[in-house]
Amino acid sequence: MIEFLRSLGRWGLNTFQRLGRGHMFLVQMMAGMPSLTFRFSLVIQQLFYVGVLSVLIILISGLFVGMVLGLQGYNTLVDFGAEESLGVLVSLSLVRELGPVVTALLFAGRAGSALTAEIGLMKSTEQLSGMEMMAVDPMKRIIAPRFLAGLISMPLLAAIFSAVGIFGAFLIGHGLLGVDDGAFWSQMQAKTDWYEDILNGVIKSIVFGFVVTWIALFEGYDATPTSEGVGRATTRTVVHSAFAILGLDFVLTALMFGDI
Amino acid sequence: MNSKRSTEILVGLFVAAGIAALFVLAMKVSNLGDFTDDKGYEVVANFQNIGGLKPRSPVTMAGVRVGRVTSISLDPDTYDAKVTINIYRQYDNIPVDTSASIFTAGLLGEQYISLSPGADDFYLEDGDVIDLTQPAVVLEQVIGQFLYSTAEGD
Amino acid sequence: MAPLIKIRDLHFNRGDKVIFNGIDIDIYQGKVTAIMGPSGTGKTTLLKLIGGQLKPDSGTVEVDGQNVHKLSHSKLYELRKRMGMLFQSGALLTDINVFENVAFPLREHTKFPESMIRDLVLMKLQAVGLRNARDMMPAELSGGMARRVALARAVTLDPMMIMYDEPFTGQDPISMGTLVNLIRRLNDAMGLTSIIVSHDVAETTQIADEIYLLSGGKVIEKGTPETLKTSGSEWVKQFLQGLPDGPVPFHYPGNDFSKDLLNAEEQR
Repeated sequence: MIEFLRSLGRWGLNTFQRLGRGHMFLVQMMAGMPSLTFRFSLVIQQLFYVGVLSVLIILISGLFVGMVLGLQGYNTLVDFGAEESLGVLVSLSLVRELGPVVTALLFAGRAGSALTAEIGLMKSTEQLSGMEMMAVDPMKRIIAPRFLAGLISMPLLAAIFSAVGIFGAFLIGHGLLGVDDGAFWSQMQAKTDWYEDILNGVIKSIVFGFVVTWIALFEGYDATPTSEGVGRATTRTVVHSAFAILGLDFVLTALMFGDI
Repeated sequence: MNSKRSTEILVGLFVAAGIAALFVLAMKVSNLGDFTDDKGYEVVANFQNIGGLKPRSPVTMAGVRVGRVTSISLDPDTYDAKVTINIYRQYDNIPVDTSASIFTAGLLGEQYISLSPGADDFYLEDGDVIDLTQPAVVLEQVIGQFLYSTAEGD
Repeated sequence: MAPLIKIRDLHFNRGDKVIFNGIDIDIYQGKVTAIMGPSGTGKTTLLKLIGGQLKPDSGTVEVDGQNVHKLSHSKLYELRKRMGMLFQSGALLTDINVFENVAFPLREHTKFPESMIRDLVLMKLQAVGLRNARDMMPAELSGGMARRVALARAVTLDPMMIMYDEPFTGQDPISMGTLVNLIRRLNDAMGLTSIIVSHDVAETTQIADEIYLLSGGKVIEKGTPETLKTSGSEWVKQFLQGLPDGPVPFHYPGNDFSKDLLNAEEQR
């Protein structure tokens, strides 16, 4: 019993310590941001690795998620004779929920894990330490550009996901199942609001981008500098990101749409 | 240098695609495309009961969309619902004796305001009030009335 | 002459383990000073303390008259521009080639035109004999070459001192000889101050002007290689001559062997 309490206490302390370190890391990262205005080419390079390389998986997943939504939505709606509302169903589910959430989950798996592995490897091969000794602050040179790139990429990727998803649903709904295309678009436009739905979705995706990139970079920077440690850190990035995304999604949804 | 250039081009394409996707969502998917609120004029209509009418519900005339509901509040004196309607600028020749009714699109669909034009020579202007209104049909009331009348008929 | 680096009463613990228990070290301008000791005595830790990457529990480290651990972030980074460090692994940036690695400090800290950077980088690469390897990626280099590239990178900003972390470990005899020569030549040609952390006795005694022997968190002995060789201390003799047994026992301290065997019998 004593042993159990003791390990519980140790676990608690470790958790709070990591939480504290993570937030100190965030502050340092933010402090490194202003220097990026002079070195924007570093951010562009990272936008390539974080953003461009994630586009393919986002396009394919978005298309299929949209097609499945179209199929499932149609089968449910047709029972109520409301298949004209397919456009609304698809656009609201994608723009409000699936766009930001699925994109963030894919982003954590594709870009987040890569970031953790990269930073962790740089740490374990003393590259970060070496940079420090060359009077180059790795926070400014390595971490901050990646963070900003993640922050910029996520909303763009989520928008691409939603747009492609809606297109996929349209392909299935109109092309395969014969929903009237005029009704599809007009119902969608009537019920999807720019502020209420789309901007809230964009805010969600920015928040997710912030959290996922932060977790990924911190896990890499805080990793035990061995190959095993980096491997564990990469796993943690994906797991913790997924928890954070889904938990935050609930909180944000409650804040944004809860009172309607 | 060459690889740096292609990186930059790809990043540019990526950002452009993302912004284009947002633009498509704004214009094609949402109602931002017909966001012309500030270009129209506002009139008020008082209803006894608005049923399920909501802000941004459509306002139509002869089935054509001519505006939208901007706000709904309760008149503290008459206990009527005070519905503010924004009508698009191009429809500036709606007679003042026009009547407004709340209808439902389909059996369970959304509710909207339908305007039927009067015959007056004066047209509605910003701040005017539509006097002739017909409240929303509440399904429960209709069923109640139907049951009551059939019971009476027996 | 005042020492360039002055370490006074330095204490450092890692967890419960005492790494340094009050050490004093003076390192003089223009000299090659070696810090030697068995593995796990915190020699690398000492370099990190000098570079300001770690903070001591107590005691001071002064470099060029400045207390490293009292400096502000920006002052510390200014000071580090005048320090070079050669990591055991080389710590080359793996995503850029040899040329860019050596050019990295110049690109970060100066606004030199491209042609000037090129000249400077080729000069440094020439000095370590790897000018023709400039287009190779770090992964294609052998361990000795990687260390030489790292050395070229460490001197690109013409620092006042260089710290070498185990420069001889895991090198074949040829690259070992090259490195030994290079360290001494660079030190004399550029007027550097060199600190070598190592446990390779033969190579280190060859080039060091002064040697500090560390063990158990203390400075055991210091002096020129000659005086150390004639030292009366049993420990120094064991370390320098690499005897398997002596004051540092061959067996990790603990139970007696015969007792262990008997215990095993009892357990069965």
